[in-house]
Amino acid sequence: MDKRSFLKQVALGAVVLAAGLTACGKKEAPPAPAPAAAQAPAPKPEPLKAGFIYVGPVGDAGYSYAHDLGRKYAAEKLGDKVVTTFVEKVAEGPDAERVIRDLVAQGNKVIFATSFGFMDSMVKVAKDFPDVYFEHATGYKTAENLRVYEARFHEGAYLAGIVAGKMTKTNTLGFVASFPIPEVLRNINAFTLGAQSVNPKVKTKVVWVGAWFDPPKETEAAQSLMNGGADVLLQNTDSTAVLQAAERAGKYAFGWDSDMSAFAPKAHLGSAALTWGVYYEKALNDVLNKTWKTGETKWGVKEGMTDLVKIPDFVPAEVKAKVDEARAGLKAGTLAVFTAPVVDNTGKVQLAKGAVADDKWLGAVNFYVKGVEGKVPAGK
Amino acid sequence: MNEIALLVAATLSAGTPLALAGLGLLLNERAGVLNLGAEGTMLVSAVAGFAVAFHTGSEWAAFAAGGLAGALVAAFFGWLVVWLNTNQYATGLAVSLFGSGFSAFVGLDYVGKQLPEHAVPGVPLLRDLPFLGVALFRQHPMVYLVIAVAGAISWFFYRTRAGLVLRAIGEAPVPAHALGYPVRNIRLGAVVAGGVLCGVSGAYLSVVYTPLWVAGLVAGRGWIALALTVFATWRPARLLLGAYLFGGVTMLQLHLQASGVQVPPQFMSMLPYASTVVVLVLISRNPLWIRLNMPASLGKPFFPGG
Repeated sequence: MDKRSFLKQVALGAVVLAAGLTACGKKEAPPAPAPAAAQAPAPKPEPLKAGFIYVGPVGDAGYSYAHDLGRKYAAEKLGDKVVTTFVEKVAEGPDAERVIRDLVAQGNKVIFATSFGFMDSMVKVAKDFPDVYFEHATGYKTAENLRVYEARFHEGAYLAGIVAGKMTKTNTLGFVASFPIPEVLRNINAFTLGAQSVNPKVKTKVVWVGAWFDPPKETEAAQSLMNGGADVLLQNTDSTAVLQAAERAGKYAFGWDSDMSAFAPKAHLGSAALTWGVYYEKALNDVLNKTWKTGETKWGVKEGMTDLVKIPDFVPAEVKAKVDEARAGLKAGTLAVFTAPVVDNTGKVQLAKGAVADDKWLGAVNFYVKGVEGKVPAGK
Repeated sequence: MNEIALLVAATLSAGTPLALAGLGLLLNERAGVLNLGAEGTMLVSAVAGFAVAFHTGSEWAAFAAGGLAGALVAAFFGWLVVWLNTNQYATGLAVSLFGSGFSAFVGLDYVGKQLPEHAVPGVPLLRDLPFLGVALFRQHPMVYLVIAVAGAISWFFYRTRAGLVLRAIGEAPVPAHALGYPVRNIRLGAVVAGGVLCGVSGAYLSVVYTPLWVAGLVAGRGWIALALTVFATWRPARLLLGAYLFGGVTMLQLHLQASGVQVPPQFMSMLPYASTVVVLVLISRNPLWIRLNMPASLGKPFFPGG
């Protein structure tokens, strides 16, 4: 085979690969999603139909799993007033639009799209169906019938930090991070601030793996942090690999997104879990009671959306009391994760005294707080 | 000092699965068969290996199961491309996509399960050496075995008659057929042997390297192994070095970050692929290198008597 025909073959291979991926993406989103909850025998008022789309498989034990728990929670609370349906593993991009239209065509009056990348598809479809309510997680575009909701992940990270600050023996925490975006940087900072609130000597080392999901790489990153002296780890990635690596090394770590206590009985210090269900119940009630209004919702510990759950028995009562105290403070509004003055690790004041960390400020976090080692990649 | 030793140790252990799979693919390609299904083969073997390790507690039984699963997937692929002469590119991609779906499906029950702990014995006496002990001699036996496998394949290719026949079939199957060699059987044998190595690599990933199972665990290492065969210009020793280079660059960026050295991680993640492109350009500039090393009938179907 000469070089030219080899290249031709490779090009052919690339075309086939692309075709294969498209075909498989289509297969993964079945055109007729099976109703997940039992169909109630139609009561007098027609039940409200709600459709959910997830970016991952519900079996990922992480992000999409947490959303599906939320769907089940709301379905149970509202009983036969609602019928819920879901479609999993929907690729972000054009395919999502088709799935959303499909759900609308099946008579769903509320659509929940649970990943950032569904944003433009939601905007498009919402325009065409003014009598359907659209709910989009973690996005920022709204319309008359499209609103957005988000969890304050960083409050869970802050509570985890309190436990970490008390449990560390080396005063070094490790954070396995995915991509340097404000959401992740907020979590790194909140984790560090939580730890510093109980142990001022704490510092945090960060390793970026450049992926949301790459278990071998997450494991190696965890290992390199532990080699560097970190003995309590938190991750902003989607698999359980970091937790399991800590378990094997006899160190501590946390669960993320959902309760991961079963994955590492010795290492697990708690899970920063998301309870989307409280919002789903409220949103569906809004439609049922005809009080639905567009807007932005950001819920945290106060509303019961984020929390540190399943703190194990071997964590001393004194530490749990500290967590309870902070949780109560967050609930009452007397405590904020980012309280002025916030100083970054170069000494620059990022939030001046007297200023409040509002949503705009939180959405633009691009620095490490004092106590985090290193520099944010790409100088952002 | 100790950090450098740990980095060397991590590099060896990260390069091992790449080298195993890459050597397996080398066997295929030297016989003229391009197997783009490596990723899927490794995933199926990874879940098979994990399941066996979970139920029996034995790592070596897990490697055997991984090898067997790899052989089965490869035999199916080989039957399609060697006997039915289906297009090797399309078939390989189909096997890859099939493997990722199939492994996710059969592995559902094993997500989050724990394997029993295995102490890594390392090399007696040498493991207690300062620096070198940590860097080189506290590894899983498979890390040393892969070097032996590379040596064995090199010896087989260049020092045995059977290896010469295999390479001849990869270069020019028609004359080999005319001389009376069973081209199809030999190709099928090479594909299955390659599948065994890919399979052991998959099992190493799920049982030793990252002892857990989740869908998509292999995370692209099958494709890197494919790139490695070209990177190594189809030579076993160079492939081994390439595997350590790829593993080393990945580990280096993680360890640099953990030790506080400021290198943009995005740059380091890009480096192995960028170096592949550079090597490809360099070897393609020199037609002799490609012509001398690339199996001339790679990816082409063979019709006996056709």
